[in-house]
Amino acid sequence: MTSPPIPAISETTTVLCILCIFLVPFACAGLALVNSGLGRSRSSAHSMMASLCVLAVAGLTYFVCGFSWQGFVGLPAHSFTVAGRASSWIAASPFLLRGLELNGSSVSLALLLQIVSVGLAALIPLGAGTDRWRLSAASASTVLFAGWTYPLFAHWVWGGGWLAQLGINYGLGHGFIDAGGSSSIHVVGGLTALSMAWILGPRKGKYSSNGLPAAIPGHNGVLVLFGCSLLWVGFLGLNSAGAILFARLEPSQVALVGVNTTLAASTAALTAAIVTRIRFGKSDASITANGWVGGLVASSAGCALLKPAAAALVGIVAAALITLAVERFEFDLKVDDPGGAVSVHALGGIWGVLAVGIFARFSDRAPGQFRAQLIGVATLVGFVLPLAYVLNWLLDRVYSQRVAPEGERQGLDLHELGADAYPEFVIHTEEYIQR
Amino acid sequence: MKVMGFLLLLAGWTIGLAAIVLLGSASRQTGFVLAGIGVEGLGLGLIARAHSVLPEDEE
Repeated sequence: MTSPPIPAISETTTVLCILCIFLVPFACAGLALVNSGLGRSRSSAHSMMASLCVLAVAGLTYFVCGFSWQGFVGLPAHSFTVAGRASSWIAASPFLLRGLELNGSSVSLALLLQIVSVGLAALIPLGAGTDRWRLSAASASTVLFAGWTYPLFAHWVWGGGWLAQLGINYGLGHGFIDAGGSSSIHVVGGLTALSMAWILGPRKGKYSSNGLPAAIPGHNGVLVLFGCSLLWVGFLGLNSAGAILFARLEPSQVALVGVNTTLAASTAALTAAIVTRIRFGKSDASITANGWVGGLVASSAGCALLKPAAAALVGIVAAALITLAVERFEFDLKVDDPGGAVSVHALGGIWGVLAVGIFARFSDRAPGQFRAQLIGVATLVGFVLPLAYVLNWLLDRVYSQRVAPEGERQGLDLHELGADAYPEFVIHTEEYIQR
Repeated sequence: MKVMGFLLLLAGWTIGLAAIVLLGSASRQTGFVLAGIGVEGLGLGLIARAHSVLPEDEE
């Protein structure tokens, strides 16, 4: 068990941090709208209902056991020793937040931020499971996510775990750095989304017998684009609060976080719009929206450490990656991901993490930062993805996650909720355009 | 194929961790960590290939 001192925080910082954290639910609302808008109309109420349930389940699970396993710097944790160096692998706080005083300390602020962020992360897989993931199964899967997958990796990054200690223990820069959650929120969510897309399989009618994908357009572009605007507000709060709590940013530097976040999203959206215009003759609204979100995701890790020009470049590269990846996943890998969750959150987040190793500038010259970031990425792909897959595969063995074929044909709104979201003017059709 | 893919993911991660603990030179560490990520890439490829077989009841 190790317990370094809990970082102190000033009153001004506390107030600013609380204000920023209260903006984060806008990101949850935005992501829920994006997921719903990119799905079919006959499952749109189900998608919003699933978002609410997932948020609730994630928060409750995190309260019961998530925070006790994630912990925070200065709280008790279990360690392992390799070559004489102790590294923390899981926190050891009591369940149900027992003994934790919610008094404005850095621990209580971290808890407040995390109980919202875990919901945001848990919403990401819903984008990949749209139109075919049962409500109860999504809630059950969220228990595994918020109770185990998320807290474990978040402890390694934000709770003083072994990834954060790579600098002290092995001389790798300042250890693995992710101020706003590109990895612990988005890549973890994105890789869980990939697991779910694989486990659930594609929607009925998505692929023809010769493997060609059918275009199943999102039912409401306005919801998607409005969701993007809400996500921007939420990310301003998320990145700022994360930078204050996890990167020890002074309140006077929060403006840099806001500028970097906005620049990355802006260049990413414009890049996606331009790339799709060049490739298809017209700018694609859903891919532009994916670009915007991908820019926000990629901005998070280095929001407090990059210069604005570097943040703008991070957004451009993120959008280029995402635009290409969305097609490759759909055409070559047969991953049916209506919300683009895998491309946007997993790939965008991995790029954001690597960008810290490439572009971040520190006052002291500590070599090895890029290696620390690479180890973080290797851990996400080599440990978190198998963990998420196995947990959800086991769940699927005991409790089928995919809705029955009849329910998918009927639409999840009617099948699971008993009423359509748009009962008066929606026309259902199975005739999608074959590409 | 799927199980082999997941084993490769874990193997790639272990290679990266071992490099950080066992190797002293920065260039060697970077090389081995990148090699580990390459092994993970192979694992991902296998898993993706195993999942890209479409069910026969597609309409």
